Amino acid sequence: MTGVAPARSRDTGVGLFPIVWMCHRNLTRFARLPAIMVPMVVMPIFFLVVFTSSFDGISRVDGYPTENLINWVVAFALLQGAMFSGVGTAGTVANDLETGFMDRLLASPIRRGIIIAAPLTYTAIRALIPITLVTVLALVMNAELPGGILGIVVAFSGGIGGALVIGCFGLGVVLRMGDVRAMTIVQMTSFLVIFPSIGQVPIALLDGWMEQVARVNPTTNLLRMTRQGYLGDVTWADTWPGLLVIACGIAIFGTWARAELIRRTR
Amino acid sequence: MTAAQGLRLNRPRLLVGTEQAWTLTVRSVLATARKVDRWAPGLIFPLAMAAVYSSQFAKATGLSEFPEVDSFLQFILPATILQGIAFNASNAGTDMASDIETGFFDRLVASPVARQSIFVGRVGGAAAAAGFQAGVHTAIFVVLGVPIASGVAGVVALMLISIVLSVGISGFGLAVALRTGSTEATQSMFPLIFVMVFVSSAFFPTELMKGWYQSVAERNPFTLVMDPTRQLVISGWSWGHVFEALGYSLLIGLVSLSLAYRAHLRRLRRS
Repeated sequence: MTGVAPARSRDTGVGLFPIVWMCHRNLTRFARLPAIMVPMVVMPIFFLVVFTSSFDGISRVDGYPTENLINWVVAFALLQGAMFSGVGTAGTVANDLETGFMDRLLASPIRRGIIIAAPLTYTAIRALIPITLVTVLALVMNAELPGGILGIVVAFSGGIGGALVIGCFGLGVVLRMGDVRAMTIVQMTSFLVIFPSIGQVPIALLDGWMEQVARVNPTTNLLRMTRQGYLGDVTWADTWPGLLVIACGIAIFGTWARAELIRRTR
Repeated sequence: MTAAQGLRLNRPRLLVGTEQAWTLTVRSVLATARKVDRWAPGLIFPLAMAAVYSSQFAKATGLSEFPEVDSFLQFILPATILQGIAFNASNAGTDMASDIETGFFDRLVASPVARQSIFVGRVGGAAAAAGFQAGVHTAIFVVLGVPIASGVAGVVALMLISIVLSVGISGFGLAVALRTGSTEATQSMFPLIFVMVFVSSAFFPTELMKGWYQSVAERNPFTLVMDPTRQLVISGWSWGHVFEALGYSLLIGLVSLSLAYRAHLRRLRRS
């Protein structure tokens, strides 16, 4: 009998079960705590409405790529909402660390990679809420979608990808710091990377230092990928740099998070 | 009873109450100054927003509907101050709620401290921090080359308006804190104030907005304070603008402090 368990743990079905179980646990907690859910629902709506309405006049500046500001801002609001999900992952893991649940996980025979993959899967599922909300609201607010279904697919991919990158970064920070203070750092970082980019204004209209920063900021490529369907056809030229940012972000921060988890195990 | 004690007991109640309010104000200011996480966000975050927006919207200053300004940074100075005030004001409410949660409020009530001093101490702390922060923000903008059209008198007026407005905004935080006694509930007020700041003329002129949003923004109390305050920065000195900004700030204060004071009396009855 003792030989059966190790043999089964190599089986894919059993191996993936902890991810499903941990995701289910996090989603249940998420559904039971309105305090977590409200910012995720309210903030993306706030971003979309406020950025579109407050700065509507900017679309009248010569050289602005669209007359309908929402076509430009939708990707910004979508990505911000999605990144909140990544920040939320840091909060969830911080909670697990503070309550001792993480210690019990580390003491169990679950693979370390799964302990990292489970909150990230939860992040991706959670990110669907703001992404869907922003997309529906944008279309209700007369956003155009010349890119069609493919435009929606790249927008969702960009949003989920952004959430996963911030989620990996958040995991790294929270596993390093070990408490809920990590959330502030993750939150501030997500603001710092998304604002000096082409979120509200194209590079050609940016002024001074911000133009230089936006050119090298990886979020610019992610926004370009996410936004393209709202401005025109989806092209590979606008897609691959965004996919590269997502892949590199997950690889770098995911590896760091795993290293931090292993350090914590020791 | 010693002669000194006798003298102290015979002092006018108003003077004693003022002294107590002053002591509690100093306590509140020191508590904020000692914790970096309390004052740093209110100082740094508005500056970061100003840096980002001045680069993003610099070209918008050329639009015909945009007020004549030297730069977008000049336009956004009052908004930066307002954001700092919002951060500070939320601290006043949170600190009061924390005093209630930790039992310090009850200990104050049990002591011979004038009841109003407890309340005034918190408001005073927020006002002092707001005045100081407004001065720092203005100084940083001036160093960055932003001209204040109304000169030194304008800077003094900006600080005065900040102090009065801070009293007004912190009143809402105090009302929630005194009513609920919960830091979490009080902190939830901050996003609401943040939304109100955005849905105003703080970051962009209402002339360049449209539809229902423009109507809401034009009637937002923060717009009513922001517009005359901004005129002091971009146009020059005007008593009319000073009185207008101070008047609306006082009106906000009157509403919020009435709510807060009612909650204060209610809590005192329960204590």
